[in-house]
Amino acid sequence: MASFLFRTIQSHSFLLCPTTLLRRNNGAFYCSMKSTHTQTATQEKQQPPPKIKSSPQGNQAKTRTLDRISKEYEAIIGIETHVQLSTLTKAFCTCPYNYGAQPNTSVCPICMGLPGALPVVNSKVVEFAVKLGLALNCKLSFNSKFDRKQYFYPDLPKGYQISQFDIPIATGGYLDVDLPVEYGGGHRRFGITRVHMEEDAGKLLHADDGVSYALQVDLNRAGVPLLEIVSEPDMRTGLEAAEYAAELQRLVRYLGVSNGNMQEGSLRCDVNVSIRPVGQSKFGTKVEIKNLNSFSSINRAIDFEIARQALLYSQGKADQIVQETRLWEEGSQKTVTMRKKEGLADYRYFPEPDLPEVILNKEYVDSIQSSLPELPEMKRRRYEEMGLSMQDVLFLANDINVARFFDATIGKGADVKLAANWIMGDIAAHMKNEKLTINEIKLSAAELAELIASIKGATISGKIGKEILFELMAKGGTVNGIIKEKDLVQIVDPSEIEKMVDKVFSENPKQLEQYRGGKTKLQGFFAGQVMKISKGKANPGLLNKILLEKLNAKS
Amino acid sequence: MLSTLHHPPRRLSRFFPANNKPRHFHTKPVLSSSQPVTDQSPSSTSPPESQILSIRHSLLSREVTATQLAETYLSRLKLAEPQLKSFIHVSNNVLKEAQSIDDKIKRNENVGPLAGVLVGVKDNICTVDMPSTAGSRVLENYRPPFDATAVKKVKEFDGIVVGKTNLDEFGMGSTTESSSFQVTANPWDISRVPGGSSGGSAAAVSARQCVVSLGSDTGGSVRQPASFCGVVGLKPTYGRVSRYGLIAYASSLDVIGCFGSSVADTGILLSAISGHDRLDATSSKQVRVLQISVSQEVPDFTSQLISAALLESKPLKGLKVGVIRETLENGVDSGVKSTVLGAVSHLEELGCTLSEVSLPSFSLGLPAYYILASSESSSNLSRYDGVRYGNQAAAEDLNALYGDSRAKGFGSEVKMRILMGTYALSAGYYDAYYKRAQQVRTLIQKSFKTALDENDILISPAAPSAAYKIGEKKNDPLAMYSGDIMTVNVNLAGLPALVLPCGFVEGGPIGLPVGLQMIGAAFDEGKLLKVGHIFEQTLQGCRFVPPLIADGIPQ
Repeated sequence: MASFLFRTIQSHSFLLCPTTLLRRNNGAFYCSMKSTHTQTATQEKQQPPPKIKSSPQGNQAKTRTLDRISKEYEAIIGIETHVQLSTLTKAFCTCPYNYGAQPNTSVCPICMGLPGALPVVNSKVVEFAVKLGLALNCKLSFNSKFDRKQYFYPDLPKGYQISQFDIPIATGGYLDVDLPVEYGGGHRRFGITRVHMEEDAGKLLHADDGVSYALQVDLNRAGVPLLEIVSEPDMRTGLEAAEYAAELQRLVRYLGVSNGNMQEGSLRCDVNVSIRPVGQSKFGTKVEIKNLNSFSSINRAIDFEIARQALLYSQGKADQIVQETRLWEEGSQKTVTMRKKEGLADYRYFPEPDLPEVILNKEYVDSIQSSLPELPEMKRRRYEEMGLSMQDVLFLANDINVARFFDATIGKGADVKLAANWIMGDIAAHMKNEKLTINEIKLSAAELAELIASIKGATISGKIGKEILFELMAKGGTVNGIIKEKDLVQIVDPSEIEKMVDKVFSENPKQLEQYRGGKTKLQGFFAGQVMKISKGKANPGLLNKILLEKLNAKS
Repeated sequence: MLSTLHHPPRRLSRFFPANNKPRHFHTKPVLSSSQPVTDQSPSSTSPPESQILSIRHSLLSREVTATQLAETYLSRLKLAEPQLKSFIHVSNNVLKEAQSIDDKIKRNENVGPLAGVLVGVKDNICTVDMPSTAGSRVLENYRPPFDATAVKKVKEFDGIVVGKTNLDEFGMGSTTESSSFQVTANPWDISRVPGGSSGGSAAAVSARQCVVSLGSDTGGSVRQPASFCGVVGLKPTYGRVSRYGLIAYASSLDVIGCFGSSVADTGILLSAISGHDRLDATSSKQVRVLQISVSQEVPDFTSQLISAALLESKPLKGLKVGVIRETLENGVDSGVKSTVLGAVSHLEELGCTLSEVSLPSFSLGLPAYYILASSESSSNLSRYDGVRYGNQAAAEDLNALYGDSRAKGFGSEVKMRILMGTYALSAGYYDAYYKRAQQVRTLIQKSFKTALDENDILISPAAPSAAYKIGEKKNDPLAMYSGDIMTVNVNLAGLPALVLPCGFVEGGPIGLPVGLQMIGAAFDEGKLLKVGHIFEQTLQGCRFVPPLIADGIPQ
């Protein structure tokens, strides 16, 4: 078997332009990856490591330009997203998929497309598709099917991709998004055209030792299940598009259908952008942008593309906006032409005869519907109703684990606002400094609730509470255990505090005289001294009250 | 169930009077010069008997060893092979496997129901230890890493795979002339074709180079060669036998079928290979008649068979048989027609109620079949791109690699069908061709359903003519395609059909066999086998042993 696993397409050493090896006519998925590789390499030589320009002036200038453009032109943006499903096995065979595994170690006759091998649908793929379809408020097709999308490429073992064509499993839904407060906020609803199931292709590896060039195929990823989510062209800015993508990531993570990781390629966005003068009803020419590896690159690539197209319009060169696929280059912060469309690709779709139709019944759909978790949008609305600010709401609902932690904390009776403050303040800072997720810190939601209750109930002071918090996050344990162990219970007995005040007075007669002579700001000094004697345990309110009484009492 | 196959076949021995030694030969049939020839000298004929059961009896009663049997078959195979060329590859392990069966018998261990039975396997069915080329240059020397499910089952039942039989490239053809490697001859007249595409499997059984064989039937590829070579051929219901490991031609039509020199052998082989397979999503979970009880046992097809000894008059009394009118109209060779009408009279003598049925959509089957089969094949054969396995052309760029590998790898018939299929699936033509053909398919399914609601079985000739000369239709593809008229409709409807020899027409040294096709309702193979067995056991004056053997290749 090994003999055909590691087969390579070898071109000859005298070949001057190896990129031609990858040129093809029917234009499907990938570009000539070799050429991008070269371009990036040269850029890296020419200029220092790519930096994202973020000087305030730069930003302001950019914002001004965008403002001006948005007055004259309207951008129409639609997104196609591929989400890799986190099923244990591939879509049509029993191979597991592990990101980063050695090439061709997770393959079998089925995902390699050997003669005679047949696909069998992994029922989890259908389940996840139904989950996402419902979560996106779509109408489900109770009777859908798989189709073959046909094109030749070395990473496509069967010469066709098993996909869904005219009857996708879900259609006509929407996704609600809250825009970040710092960008003006606002709520948007973006339409979802369709969700369909398909399989991923393999990956091409390039072996280039300077003398000869070889193209190698890694089929580990071939056959991994994907859901393709096509949006309506409802976005108008790069920010809206990036927020749509971020919400989709949140959604798949909430649902547990994908890890949504953009770096690993588990969530891939291709964006279509066109602009038209404000008031024009006809759409402009659509340009597709690929190679968007983060939300911020989606945002920046779209804004760049809008500006580029607007410039061409304003120069009377609108005809130079052609239907093409452009590549976002992170290094130069530009989009560049990858390939022009050479007529419409004909994928010769037809129903996949190796697979039966996908039939859903109401019972099945209902059981999935009732098992859906609380989704990000529902969570945000609930938090909003609790009286939290939109800033807090967005922060807490952003990460499902943080949201779960917060929900668990308030579930234990903790004050909502206090819980939010602790999580967004010291806990978030700690996570950031230590590069930990909320599941990795040793503090449990129950202990946070206990801590908040202890402060509220005046068992400990806020200051002590903070110390306990850091101890809990680093070492674990319980609030009560630490209080007991370190004897941290707040002193609320007035006579005990009086004793301490008296002690401080007797130890600092000079300062007392000065205070009574009119230097009243020394109150803070006395309070600090008392707090020191009490080892920080004196109830601050009580302390101040008693101290003030005693200071002002004429002795 | 079929425990009778494990022990000396007590019950079945009544039905299949088992001589201690299989008798393969008879005196040369007397052939009158007038056609059709159904009356042969009664003294020279006796009904065909199950070789599988008599082999089993001989082995278990220790009259012969599996090794002796294998040697006999191998020497006959080798003697006939230079003239016939039925095999692309002959296994090197036959004697070793026979020896291990003898060892088991010596140790009094149970042996499977196919113990000592030499099985020929069409070369488009994957075998792990032998090449599997599908008769194509593109897969020359290709060795699959897995056994097809049907082969696996044959081996589990202790059958011995004797070799890989010749076929039209990827099953595309009706003569076996479009094999990339060799042309197989018809054992009845070596200047004639054996039919196709399973010509090698049919010729091998006819010439007793093996006991039974596996073929595949997409549009008649088991039934037409069975007719041409005078053997029994069974095309099971679509979904009855797993397609896993069958190198796909047209996935929605392909089935693995069986050849034998008697109906009983064909049924026993079908029992061995049928059943649901989790690796084939289109394999049926429906068992009906076929019930596999214990792992080592075969479903009880043979219990459906009634012994010749029990044949009284009118054993098929009340059985409703519909003669398909359209299959006996113009374009059918007059000798074939009168032979089939002779078979009709025979069925009447057996007590059947005969009526004529009309399938109005019958003539639409052929064009619909060629559209659908070509469309699916254009997709199924995309994987032969030279990237992962098979012959890879040296090329300087990717398109040339694809183009050259496929240009050199595929023969002209395959290229023609890929082109036709690609055309039929292309944008703008899909509705006119593929979609309309699917509509025709639905019509055909309905008309068969109606006819089979009114009749137990339907009958027709298996082919419009007997075997024709090698080269006769090679340059006239339409003439060759039209030879499939009798069989393609059955594939479009997914129904089971049994072809068995029913007489002779003039031609060749001693006449050419003619096959009768019996079509049943889905999953009603049991009925077909029962009727076929009675027909075969009571057919007077015919012995279907070709002159190649009768002329004196030693037993």
